[in-house]
Amino acid sequence: MDIISVKRLSKVFNGKLRAVDGVSFSVKEGEIFGFLGPNGAGKTTTIKMLTTLITPTSGDATVSGHSIDREANKVRASVGVVPQEFTADEDLTGFDNALLMADLYGIPRKVSKQRIVELMRLVDLEAAMKRKVGTYSGGMRRRLELAIGLVNHPKVLFMDEPTLGLDVQTRTAVWDYIRKMKNDYKMTLFMTTHYLEEADSLCDRIAIIDHGKIIRIDSPERLKASIGGDIVQLEVSNEKADLSGIFRKVPGVKGVRKKGKEYRLKVKSAETVAPRLMTLVGTKGYTVTKLSMTKPTLDEVYLEYTGRSLREEESSGSGDLMLQRRTMRISRN
Amino acid sequence: MKTTKRGVKERAATPNFFRSLWSLTNRDLKKWYAAPAILIISLIQPVIWLGLFGKAFNFGNLFSASAFNIPGLNIPANLLNTLGNTVMTNIFGTTSYFSFLAVGMLAFIVLFTSMMSGMSIVWDRRLGFLDKLLTTPVPRGSIVIGKILNGVIRSLAQAVIVLVIAILLGMTLTHVSATGIALAFGALFLLGFGMSSLFVLLALKSKDWQTQMAIANLLNLPLLFMSNAFFPTSAMPSWLQAIANVNPVSFTIEIGRQALLGIQFSTPMLYNFIYLGVFAVALGIISIVLSWKLLKG
Repeated sequence: MDIISVKRLSKVFNGKLRAVDGVSFSVKEGEIFGFLGPNGAGKTTTIKMLTTLITPTSGDATVSGHSIDREANKVRASVGVVPQEFTADEDLTGFDNALLMADLYGIPRKVSKQRIVELMRLVDLEAAMKRKVGTYSGGMRRRLELAIGLVNHPKVLFMDEPTLGLDVQTRTAVWDYIRKMKNDYKMTLFMTTHYLEEADSLCDRIAIIDHGKIIRIDSPERLKASIGGDIVQLEVSNEKADLSGIFRKVPGVKGVRKKGKEYRLKVKSAETVAPRLMTLVGTKGYTVTKLSMTKPTLDEVYLEYTGRSLREEESSGSGDLMLQRRTMRISRN
Repeated sequence: MKTTKRGVKERAATPNFFRSLWSLTNRDLKKWYAAPAILIISLIQPVIWLGLFGKAFNFGNLFSASAFNIPGLNIPANLLNTLGNTVMTNIFGTTSYFSFLAVGMLAFIVLFTSMMSGMSIVWDRRLGFLDKLLTTPVPRGSIVIGKILNGVIRSLAQAVIVLVIAILLGMTLTHVSATGIALAFGALFLLGFGMSSLFVLLALKSKDWQTQMAIANLLNLPLLFMSNAFFPTSAMPSWLQAIANVNPVSFTIEIGRQALLGIQFSTPMLYNFIYLGVFAVALGIISIVLSWKLLKG
């Protein structure tokens, strides 16, 4: 069943800036769906439309069966949102922040108080929840946002750049919390990211979005497979002749190149092809002295489909970093 | 079992206007009393006005026996005092200029505090908190009314403090009654509600707190000086009278002087209340209606 279904959704700002340009996609119940794209690709605009914060210029979408346009309040009641910025009120405690949100969802206090303690335990904030949010570290604040996003037990949780501005260690920890949350609460996750590792590690399916258009939607594995497959590199001792021709005939091998003593094979799946190669070399009476397998990363996928590397964007793309720094600064004050 | 469970969930999904209103107002109030320094700082100005204008520049002193003293003429002091008091009563309605001004200062603190109520909406927007609120099914009106109520409650609490200080500094209590205080604060409530609504309304679309500050600073002193806070409108030039006579601040102060000092005015108090009521309700309704439109991008 599709829990999110989007049809030709567009958003034009000020009559000229086409932030989202006729995107259509659907998200199945229970999956983690990721929007991957550079800054300004339209990720946040899409999330804002799906969470009813802004009105689409054209097109429509349903979230958990309700139209984002005509049944906005029903959509709001059934989704949770973890925004890009730290939005919790710094002058209140973590608990009070969550309680305020629960009140706004109309959850009775009897239910919400107990639920909040559970959620705080889930993100390991139970000890800190009676402290003012202003005293929290970046990782703690991110976890608090996650817990608050779950306070209404949403069917769909929207996360906009859930680990933006966190260091690598904290980021991995947040991923673990996200996986745990999804297991415990059986919901659908919709997230945006411009971290490839994040999309790769968390998402069941990824939509690559650029200039407001979806370029491709698939699972990370299939996206990676679509650009040609894995790389197997091997060295063979005392071979009498060039083995390239024999290797080329092995099922699953797409291409062979020899560079010095080393064979570099482009294969469909390294795990299945590598043993075949080893037995083949053995039957010829030689031995494999060195073997390595490389999986293609989303980097290459991204490069293939958008024509530029996301890493370059990250290091040169100042806009978002500036924004991020500002967010952090504001959150500290 | 399942249907009951669903029934409970169904009900839980409809947030109550008043409950969310209270939660939102309470959030802002918590921030307020967590920072008593701001409260004290904002009280300094009206207290200085009270001290300067009420005590140092006291009009009452101008019309005392020593001021009327003409060399060579031996006019009895009590005649001069009666004369001075008559002048004071005819112009100000009371012999105590300090008391006259104190009521004006109650309106002053309400005006200045409620003008700041738009600021917190600007900050909530900048920090993303407002967007977060808008992703919940909370009635949009309760967000706006919450901000307005917060402004009203703050300004009324400060008005109580200013009143207590004024009494300690010697405001006349001869006409003060419980009903009088209730009426005066009723008028202050309406003024605060209207002014808060106006400034929340201005802030609905704004991301920029400097503009808010600039507008508040542009309006606050003119609104104060073009009212009867320092000087009765009857003694003003006609062009200024025209403005002062439609200024809601004047209406509030007139009710206050009537209720707390027993000063008689030509217009009945009910008329003033109707004027202020319309002012407050109209701006309140406009801000709620516009909140449905303006809060969304």
